[in-house]
Amino acid sequence: MMNQRPFLHGRRLLTWAATALVLITLPMMFTQSFAISMLSQMGIAIIFALSYNMLLGQTGMLSFGHAVYFGLGAFISVHTLNAIGDGTFHWPVTLIPVIGGLAGLFFGVIFGYVTTKHSGTPFAMISLGIAEMVAACSLMFPTFFGGEGGISTDRAAGEPFLGITYGPGVQVYYLIAGWCFLSMVAMFALTQTPLGRMANAVRDNAERARFIGYNPTRVRYMMLILSSFFAGIAGSLAAMNYELVTAENVGVVASGNVLLMAFIGGVGHFFGPIIGATLVTFIQSALSNYTLAWLLYFGLFFLVMILFAPGGIASLITLHKDAWQVSQVRRLVPAYIAAALAGLIALLGLIGLIEMTYQVETKAEQSGTGMSLFGIAFDAATPTPWITSAAILVVGGVLLWAASRRVRASWTAVALVINARRSA
Amino acid sequence: MPAALELRAVRKSFGKTAIINGVDLAIEKGERHAVIGPNGAGKSTLFNLVSGRFPLTSGNILLNEQDITGLPPNEINRRGLARSFQITNIFPKLSVYENIRCGVLWSLGHRYSFWKRVGALKDVAERCEAIVDRINLRRRRDTLAGVLSYAEQRALEIGITVAGGPDVILLDEPTAGMSNTETADAVALIRSVTEGKTLVMVEHDMSVVFGLADRISVLVYGQVIATGTPEQIRGNKAVQEAYLGTEQHE
Repeated sequence: MMNQRPFLHGRRLLTWAATALVLITLPMMFTQSFAISMLSQMGIAIIFALSYNMLLGQTGMLSFGHAVYFGLGAFISVHTLNAIGDGTFHWPVTLIPVIGGLAGLFFGVIFGYVTTKHSGTPFAMISLGIAEMVAACSLMFPTFFGGEGGISTDRAAGEPFLGITYGPGVQVYYLIAGWCFLSMVAMFALTQTPLGRMANAVRDNAERARFIGYNPTRVRYMMLILSSFFAGIAGSLAAMNYELVTAENVGVVASGNVLLMAFIGGVGHFFGPIIGATLVTFIQSALSNYTLAWLLYFGLFFLVMILFAPGGIASLITLHKDAWQVSQVRRLVPAYIAAALAGLIALLGLIGLIEMTYQVETKAEQSGTGMSLFGIAFDAATPTPWITSAAILVVGGVLLWAASRRVRASWTAVALVINARRSA
Repeated sequence: MPAALELRAVRKSFGKTAIINGVDLAIEKGERHAVIGPNGAGKSTLFNLVSGRFPLTSGNILLNEQDITGLPPNEINRRGLARSFQITNIFPKLSVYENIRCGVLWSLGHRYSFWKRVGALKDVAERCEAIVDRINLRRRRDTLAGVLSYAEQRALEIGITVAGGPDVILLDEPTAGMSNTETADAVALIRSVTEGKTLVMVEHDMSVVFGLADRISVLVYGQVIATGTPEQIRGNKAVQEAYLGTEQHE
């Protein structure tokens, strides 16, 4: 029977083993310090985004203040690390995330008591209020929050254990990867418990849950406390990774960022936020090396996702899994190739316009209007590159419009097959 | 015999409008009791008061001789009273099996636990499978509740209600909007799941009422004008004037 399978049955065991293998081997494939640092950030972001999705995806709570638990966990961890460095406190550095997690949990107990009295829009508003309040506190209490400069630390402060000092980046990566793996397993296991299931029930229909013995407020409160624990772990790891925690870590921008990660990845599936956290971290750190306008591109990307894939990347994956199972993916490929080519052309035109605007508006005073894009040197003060870019954008746009009709037609055909197989 | 459910001088007003006007009613243990009455008589409001959805304006409600007045719905449910809803009220994005399981978990003591794996709970699985069979949704066990047919959703609604093994079951118009065959199936289902339990139901279909109920109460303008066996109600002059009579003219 389906529900009587053990927790680690064949396919699931394979998935977790593969995940562990990927976490272990990644830094062997990407050995540059830039890559290791990005991988570490991804691991932190994955824990944080998954903990956020315990609220949004699993319990239906849209929080604008989840970074409060991440940030406070980070601050407590930084102070703990400094106390270890001073010799006033003894604790293995490897287990600092336990302290960060408990700090997150502690503040979850306090703030969650207030926020989870309500659901829906009031919850969202109160969570924003708490975030603003904590952000304001961070400037009022400089001894704890370190004022504008934040609090710095030395992660190698503890006693070396088996030669591990957490000085080198790769050692921190493995610390993060280990905690990331444990947190992923724990958060997944939580979805399989009575509380995890009732969180879904409260998300879908809180009123009905009241008439089968459950108090929805209590379910939301407990989920928030547990999710704060994991957010605290993520914050703790961030403190060790950057060796610096600032007021920004508790701020609303950080809270918004984790929302974007969860949403882009897809809140309807457990693995969605993992994809979202990985992708968003990659875009943020890779793209920001190439262009000043990276936030604009990121915003556009988010907009396109919301408009065309509101269920996030995870929903796109499951959609294509369905098509794959009835061996219909090949019918989609030609339309996808056409759309990708058209999209690429439109994107080239768009990039040209955006980069030229940035050159003229922000860089002209220092470096003039001469620039180069895709290996072509030109002057952004002349009309030719503008006209060319605009023309490419228009042509690409028209082609994209035509290609999207083709994609839609192919999908209609595929959906018919999927539905026919299902009802058969 | 002690009453399973007792209403004492229950009143409910919304602003200045009195909807329930002093209802006294004693439902005996193990009986099937129907509440009938014209539209707007306050039948659904009465259910909402008993199940804790709305607070009373005055009066008392006793469940198994314990005062439950003012308790929240979840507390009342834990004391052994479960209800269904007139407008289907299920968990649309969960499967049929998961819907039933939500109704089972509390009653088997699993509460808010986050250290037990729900799939490994044998007691839960057994009870859920039995209920899936009982409401005839075996074929739809793993289907999302939101895509079931209307009659199937109504059956699931009853399944969720009885899943926790309540002593007192309140069904609000369980056959509303069903075809004749569907109604016959629903009546058989209600009969089977309420075996040995106390049932109170609001129902408009008189064939269902007279076929299922041991006793009937007639609610008109927020007051019970008569309570008795189906025969007594049929022969009651006041009832004929207020309610049954008007229907025969239609």
